[in-house]
Amino acid sequence: MAVCGSMRALARAGVQGPCQRLWAVSQQLRLFGVCRRAGSSSGLAAAGAAPPGRAGLACAASAAATDAAPSSSKQKVEYEAVIGIETHVQLNTATKAFCGCASEFGAEPNSNVCPICLGHPGTLPALNAEMVRKAVLAGLALNARVALESKFDRKQYFYPDLPKGYQISQYDVPLCEGGWVEVVVPDSSTATGGSPRRIGVTRAHLEEDAGKLVHGGAASLSGSDYSLADYNRGGVPLLEIVSEPDMRSGAEAAAYGAELRRIMRFLGVSDGNMAEGSMRCDVNISVRPAGRAAFGTKVEIKNMNSFNAMQRAIEFEVARQVELLEAGREGEIVQETRLWDEGRQCTYSMRRKEGLADYRYFPEPDLPPLVLSQAYVDELQASMPELPAAVRQRYASLGLSQYDAVVLSDEPAVARYFDALLAAGAPAKPAANWVQGDVMAHCKEAKLAWEALLGVMAPAALAEMIQLIEDGTISGKIGKEVLPALLAGEGGAGGGSVRALVEARGLVQISDPAALGAIVDSVLAANPKQLEQYRGGKTKLQGFFVGAVMKESKGRANPAELNRILMERLNAPQ
Amino acid sequence: MRLVIASTSTPLQLARASRSRSAVEITQTYLRGLKSVEGRLGSFLAVDEEGALAQAAAIDARIAAGEDVGPLAGVPIGIKDNLCTQGLATTAGSKQLDGYVPPYDATAVARLRAAGAVLLGKTNMDEFGMGSSCENSGFQPTHNPWDPERVPGGSSGGSASAVAANQVVAALGSDTGGSIRQPASFCGVVGVKPTFGRVSRNGLVAYASSLDCVGPMAQSVADAAALLSVIAGPDTADSTCSQRAAEDFTTGLLPAEQLGSTPLAGRRLAVIRETTGEGVDAGVSAALSSAIQHLKSLGAEVEEVSLPSFAVGLPAYYVIALSEASSNLSRYDGVRYGHRAEADELWEMYGKTRHAGLGSEVARRILMGTYALSAGYYDAYYKRAQQVRTLIQREVGAALQQYDALLCPAAPTPAYKLGEKTSDPLAMYKGDLMTVNLNLAGLPAVCLPCGFAEQPGGAKLPVGVQMIGRAFGEAELLQLAHVFEQTAGVMAEARPVVHAATQ
Repeated sequence: MAVCGSMRALARAGVQGPCQRLWAVSQQLRLFGVCRRAGSSSGLAAAGAAPPGRAGLACAASAAATDAAPSSSKQKVEYEAVIGIETHVQLNTATKAFCGCASEFGAEPNSNVCPICLGHPGTLPALNAEMVRKAVLAGLALNARVALESKFDRKQYFYPDLPKGYQISQYDVPLCEGGWVEVVVPDSSTATGGSPRRIGVTRAHLEEDAGKLVHGGAASLSGSDYSLADYNRGGVPLLEIVSEPDMRSGAEAAAYGAELRRIMRFLGVSDGNMAEGSMRCDVNISVRPAGRAAFGTKVEIKNMNSFNAMQRAIEFEVARQVELLEAGREGEIVQETRLWDEGRQCTYSMRRKEGLADYRYFPEPDLPPLVLSQAYVDELQASMPELPAAVRQRYASLGLSQYDAVVLSDEPAVARYFDALLAAGAPAKPAANWVQGDVMAHCKEAKLAWEALLGVMAPAALAEMIQLIEDGTISGKIGKEVLPALLAGEGGAGGGSVRALVEARGLVQISDPAALGAIVDSVLAANPKQLEQYRGGKTKLQGFFVGAVMKESKGRANPAELNRILMERLNAPQ
Repeated sequence: MRLVIASTSTPLQLARASRSRSAVEITQTYLRGLKSVEGRLGSFLAVDEEGALAQAAAIDARIAAGEDVGPLAGVPIGIKDNLCTQGLATTAGSKQLDGYVPPYDATAVARLRAAGAVLLGKTNMDEFGMGSSCENSGFQPTHNPWDPERVPGGSSGGSASAVAANQVVAALGSDTGGSIRQPASFCGVVGVKPTFGRVSRNGLVAYASSLDCVGPMAQSVADAAALLSVIAGPDTADSTCSQRAAEDFTTGLLPAEQLGSTPLAGRRLAVIRETTGEGVDAGVSAALSSAIQHLKSLGAEVEEVSLPSFAVGLPAYYVIALSEASSNLSRYDGVRYGHRAEADELWEMYGKTRHAGLGSEVARRILMGTYALSAGYYDAYYKRAQQVRTLIQREVGAALQQYDALLCPAAPTPAYKLGEKTSDPLAMYKGDLMTVNLNLAGLPAVCLPCGFAEQPGGAKLPVGVQMIGRAFGEAELLQLAHVFEQTAGVMAEARPVVHAATQ
């Protein structure tokens, strides 16, 4: 149960568990170069098996790859993938980047708009100080240099979701440059379940989000009769984080994305919700023969709404490119943007990039340079909360496995809860088991946020219950029975309230040999036939007696003691 | 409370003070006068009679209730049509914004309203401020009150002609490369281009953001100072607006009788050599010379200073202004407001909309600006122009260390005839030579009448002198202009051919 819960948590965060098949495939890719024909068949077959019609259009490229003539006779070339990620993180400020509109998700279309974010004539941007604060925090957490003077620029293009015809962004002097993220890449070959690795961060800069277009009359843009524009998202603050092309597999990319998300959530600067688009990753992928310095032709993939999907998209795309290379059709790998189709598990071409788009960047004349004092940056550095990597390290130092440490530090609220348990005196390992097991399962089932859990089950109460198990007052089994009461808020504030609860309910474990002996005796007396059979050699009946005694004790019998006394009585010479 | 209304229109001021005329009566009188000459001038794109009278009635009610009314209570004013007025159509002279009604007031407009000024209407202009004659208006030409065959200048030509013809007491204009000063010169009124950042640009339909300034146009320096005092000051809506607190620019303006015989003694002034001589109309040169003589007679030292960078300012100005304009005008895409053409596809809609909505001069400038910002050209044009801009800032700044103010014409010629330059955009651009450098430098400048140029046929056309001051030195600059105005008596006997009676 506990393990299943943790596996779910890992999958959600995009960190593949050690036994996942996809992970094994990409591991193969990385370590041995690609013999993708066998390994890739799953991905490509999925594409090929897509319903005719739409698949013909969308998956043409992958179909071509599938049809490629085998080249087994040639000498095998090892390939490696080069992956860089541009991540757009919505900063969770109350208001938008350059106006006073609410920055919330999910409001009635065009309800959070004003003349400024609609680009009305004469309107001017005014920089949101909170956006800057959150971005600086993020930059520091990414180990980047925060520029004391940066500037805003206009990135210009026409599109109906872009009210001004330009996006206010930062071009050549970004707020943050030159950082790195330490990620834990799952690795089934080590006992600890993963090893830390640094992914470089080229830069992180401030910009504003565009609005959202909703296409009507068809399932996709190409066939739609009309489009509706919703500008609620227009002007929402973004931090665009550009990684170095340091990743070599889908798993690494997913681990990087998951760690970025964790960092943003621990900082409290973004909710990192990929499904709602508050964190969006654009992945650039190229493939080259291992050992070659020059990069291959880069393809951009978008439209992945989980790290899991990102990993699968990358694996699909790498396989597609490798197949084309192997078939001598590298000319068919073109600079383009491809979209991940979750339904059919393939990427398909959205648009070709004919040369470099010219955004005609120039300095935003409506905003003065962004000047920060060193004191301001220092203050934010000093106020920095503990980051997930440090939390993991701390948990590991408590004797928890890397795996436990990753699960417990995946969500800040979980880590906060776990820390509160530790603070209330709970020993780390059992506390970790309870959090990852029953409690996590309960929260998931009851759709209860961990923040809300704090208000229901005081960490000190759970800590007290764990202590009661540890000191033998109740059994672990009883603990599982007590937990629902605690989750229903009946456990009080701990520090004695849980003991009072288990006592009041008569759940205290019976460890007294005399009392247990009496129960055992009464059970043996009540089941003479089974006793006779047992003594006749049918020792399997031991379980029957354990169950009966447990039942008689209403589950309160100390299992170890019970076992000892029962065996003593059963095997007593006649 | 002090009503500083036009020293030239003292009767109005007295009337207001004595309550012999209500704000409604004054508004009615001005509306009548405005309309009586509007057919010959075309100063206005919209006249808001209803709104003006309601505003005036509200002021009268406040006075009746003994409440405080602002320093401009009851003063009839015009607003250049590129300043947003809530509930009143604002087109910036463009068909693209025909019928567009802003949901908010520009900061300068809101401050004028709060000060009690009564908005009579929106004045004509070259489309988006792009032009120097008002002939690039998407709707109508405006005629010069001194000679209706001639242009009023631009782009704030409607405001200039309305003030000159007394259709309003004063007006707001905007100045990106001379758009307040050149029409002030052509129409014989006072125009103030404040220091960049002195007046909020919030609500000013952007042409070139780093150059655009909102400023007053009036019949006297004192009136212009009164308007500037109201509209200036910090504004959180404009991040490029200075934090300097607003000043009362009228305080240092002494009445003529209180000025001594040499009120400018000790003032060091200099004429910019590059703006005189070849290429400058003889009438303009003569008017400037007599102005210099007059300044000297008031005790000022007037020398000549050479600013070589002035000559290269014009191309730099056009590169910067058009680059910014190409970006600022991208929002007129037909998607959210304004004109939209019917089309089946998005890009066709964009193309048709902008082709029909934007005039040819605007299109020309967007194309040039887009070109200048394009990959491969950015360094050669935009970046280079910014370097020139820095040079000009340094050079003019250095000269202003040495002199209290610099002098030059506001335009090389007096008002020319309608149609005279429309076929030659370069000739039109050259007319901005005298003014653009101050926008590049961000410095304040006042243009006020300094004489007349006699035309063959006997017409008298006003000529303005431009006085350039230090950054945020408007108070000193306006004092200088005021002394000149009060002592030179340039306008004493002169009146434009078209003039609205308001008595």
